[in-house]
Amino acid sequence: MMRHLISAADLTRDDAVLILDTAEEMARVADRPIKKLPTLRGRTVVNLFFEDSTRTRISFEAAEKRLSADVINFTAKGSSVSKGESLKDTAQTLEAMGVDAVVIRHGASGAPYTLANSGWIDAAVINAGDGTHQHPTQALLDAFTMRRRLVGRDAGLGQDLAGKRVTIVGDILHSRVARSNVDLLHTLGADVTLVAPPTLVPVGVEHWPCEVSYDLDRVLPKSDAVMMLRVQRERMNAAFFPTEREYSRRYGLDGERMARMPEHAIVMHPGPMVRGMEITAEVADSDRCTVVEQVANGVSIRMAVLYLLLGGNEPAVTHTRPATERPAHTVLSDEEK
Amino acid sequence: MSKILIRGAQVLGGEPQDVLIDGDTIAATARQGEIDGSGTGLSAEGATVVEADGKVLLPGLVDLHTHLREPGREDSETVLTGTRAAASGGYTSVFAMANTFPVADTAGVVEQVYRLGKESGYCDVQPIGAVTVGLEGKKLAELGAMHESAAGVTVFSDDGKCVDDAVIMRRALEYVKAFGGVVAQHAQEPRLTEGAQMNEGVVSAELGLGGWPAVAEESIIARDVLLAEHVGSRVHICHLSTAGSVEIVRWAKSRGIDVTAEVTPHHLLLTDELVRSYNPVYKVNPPLRTERDVMALREALADGTIDIVATDHAPHPHEDKDCEWGAAAMGMVGLETALSVVQHTMVDTGLLTWAGVADRMSHTPARIGQADGHGRPVSAGEPANLTLVDPAYRGPVDPAGFASRSRNTPYEGRELPGRVTHTWLRGRATLVDGKLQ
Ligand SMILES: [Zn+2]
Repeated sequence: MMRHLISAADLTRDDAVLILDTAEEMARVADRPIKKLPTLRGRTVVNLFFEDSTRTRISFEAAEKRLSADVINFTAKGSSVSKGESLKDTAQTLEAMGVDAVVIRHGASGAPYTLANSGWIDAAVINAGDGTHQHPTQALLDAFTMRRRLVGRDAGLGQDLAGKRVTIVGDILHSRVARSNVDLLHTLGADVTLVAPPTLVPVGVEHWPCEVSYDLDRVLPKSDAVMMLRVQRERMNAAFFPTEREYSRRYGLDGERMARMPEHAIVMHPGPMVRGMEITAEVADSDRCTVVEQVANGVSIRMAVLYLLLGGNEPAVTHTRPATERPAHTVLSDEEK
Repeated sequence: MSKILIRGAQVLGGEPQDVLIDGDTIAATARQGEIDGSGTGLSAEGATVVEADGKVLLPGLVDLHTHLREPGREDSETVLTGTRAAASGGYTSVFAMANTFPVADTAGVVEQVYRLGKESGYCDVQPIGAVTVGLEGKKLAELGAMHESAAGVTVFSDDGKCVDDAVIMRRALEYVKAFGGVVAQHAQEPRLTEGAQMNEGVVSAELGLGGWPAVAEESIIARDVLLAEHVGSRVHICHLSTAGSVEIVRWAKSRGIDVTAEVTPHHLLLTDELVRSYNPVYKVNPPLRTERDVMALREALADGTIDIVATDHAPHPHEDKDCEWGAAAMGMVGLETALSVVQHTMVDTGLLTWAGVADRMSHTPARIGQADGHGRPVSAGEPANLTLVDPAYRGPVDPAGFASRSRNTPYEGRELPGRVTHTWLRGRATLVDGKLQ
C-alpha cells in the first residue's frame, strides 16, 4: 500500500481489491454489539475540513472512532482561513502535535497533493475531496456498493468489476466524484460511459478511459449501474443548460426511464439528492436505489483505508505506537474530553 | 574618461573582434588584434581589458515587459532590485508595467518610476502607462499627459488585465496615434477565463483545475488586429502563448496590419504537463500551454511572426507561492534566465542565430518601445550598451544567487546553457564576471 491516498488514479487493481476486501471485514464490525476495533488505539487522526461537508466528515469520524483512533476535528470555514498560507500554517500546527493521519477536504484542487508532497507534514494524507479533482474514498465506496450488488457479497471477495457497465450522469465538468469513479472503475475493469449535456463535459475528456454520450436513453438499456450526479441549479444561471425542466427532461432519471434499465441494474447517487431535478422521488425511494447503502459502505471503506494506510501490514489488533514516540503535548481526543 | 577593450568577442556571433569603449560610446570595432598598435591610430592604452575568447557580444538587451512592483509591492521587487536583476540578465533597458499600487495611470506615478530608474543606475527604466484609469477598463487614463511627462511614455498597457471593451480598445488605439504610442494588449477574454487556473485541455480535465482556453486569447487578438486595421493604428500583443494566436498574427501581418507580438522565455520551453506537480511555481498568466503550442511559438519567433522575446518578469514573495495551487499568485521571475532559455530553445536548436537573438531581444523591442540609444548596432559611435555572453557555460539555475528580491523561478536546479558575464550601460560596467558592480 501507498503512504497517502490522494487520487483514485494512484491505486493499482490489487490495491483497490485489497481495500474492498478489507472493507468487507470492517463491515462485519458494524454487525457486532460493540462496533469497535482497537486497531488505531493511540493514533491521532485529524479531520481537516476547509469546506463544509457534514456527511463526509461524520463518515470519516465514525470510521476513525470504530478503529479507536483519537480524533480531532478541525473545521476551517470562513474567509480568514481560506487563504493559501493557512493550509501550511495549519499543517505545521498538526505536525507539531504529532498527528498520524490527516483527512483533508479542500475547495482547491490539488491541496491534498500539496499537503502530502510539500514536506510541511509527516502524517499520512487522505483526500476527502479537493475542488473538482478527486474524492477517492467516494469512488471506493461506490465500487464496494457495486461489487456487493452486482457480484455478490461473499462471491465478490478478491474480485474486481470486470465487464460491468457503469453509466455516470450529470455535471461531469465540476464533479470530483465522476473523475474518481472513472479512474477507479477503469482500473477495476468496468466499462464507464459518461452522460451529460456537452456543456458539462470537460474539454480533454477524450483522453479519459471511458465513453461519452449526450443521450441517456440510448445508454440506459446497456447499464448495470447508473450513477446520478447532483446538478446544482446555479449551473443553469451560468448557461450550462437552458432550464431546469429541460435538464430533467433530457438527463433526469424518472420511473419510466428506470424501467428501461436491465432488471438487475442499480441506481446510485453520491448524495445529497435534489429530488425532482436529476432524480425523481419514485426512483430515489425504489429498492434499486443504493443511496442509503452507499452511506453505510462509506464507513467500512474509510475504516479499511485508515487501517491499511496506518497499520495495515501488522495485525489488526492491539497496534499502538511505543510510548516514546508519543508527542510531548498530547492533544485531547474526543474520548478524553 | 574610462576605456574598456573587449578582446576577441564574437560580435553578434560573428568572427572574433576587438571592441573599444571610450566613455559612454563605442569608439571602434576592428578585427582581433588590430586595435592596439596596428597602425589604425586607435589606442587602447590605459584601457581595462576584457578577454572575451569564445564569448558573444550583443547589444544590451531590452525587455518590453517587466514588473518592477514599485510602488506598492516592494516586498516582491523594487526598481533597484529589479534593475539589478536586469543587469544580471544582460539587460540595459526595461519597460516597467503599469499594474503597481498606485497604478501607473498618471504623469505623477510614471515620473516617480522613471526617477527611481535613473537613481538605480543599473538599467534604463521606461515606465509603461495604464490604458485605463486604475486598470479598470472603463475610462481612458491621461495618455497624453503621461507621454508629455518627464517619463515620456510611449507604451500603454493594462497588463494583468485585458482591455476587453471593444470601444475603449478602439479609442485607445486611435488616441495614441497623436504621439506615436502603442497599446500593448494582455489578450484575455475575461468571461471565458473566469476561475481559470491553467491551460484548458487534457491536463486541466484530469486535475480538475479551472481551464484558461486558448480561444480566450485568440479571440481578443483577432478582434484587436481587426480594430488596428480599421483605425489604422499600431497594436502590440503581449505574451502570445498559443499556436492559434501565431496563425492570427501571421495572417494579420500578411494583410499589412501594423501588429507586433512578444513571447516569453517560459512559453518557449515549459508545458502544462508540469502543472501535474501542483507546484505553484508553474502558475502563470497566460498559462503554460501544450508541446504543440511551444513548437509553434519557437517557429514563429524564428520566422519573425513573433517579433520579440519579453520576460513578463513577475516577482512574488515566497509566501505567495508556498501554498496550494488555487491560492497561489500567478507569475514567474524571468530577467536573469531569459537569455539562457532563449539560447537553449532557439540558438542551440538551430532556429535562431545570435544575430537573430540580438534582433528579437534588443533591436526590435527597442524599436517597438522607442527606447532611444538601445538596440543599436555594435559599431563605432553608438552608445556603449552591451552584453557579453559565454554560450559554452552549462550549469544548474540557482535562485539563491538571484539579484531579484523574489525567487519564483520555474528553472530551479534545471541545467541551462549560457551565462551573461558582463553588461555595460553607456560604457559603465553594471556586471563584471557575473558580479553586479
Ligand atoms: Zn500579462
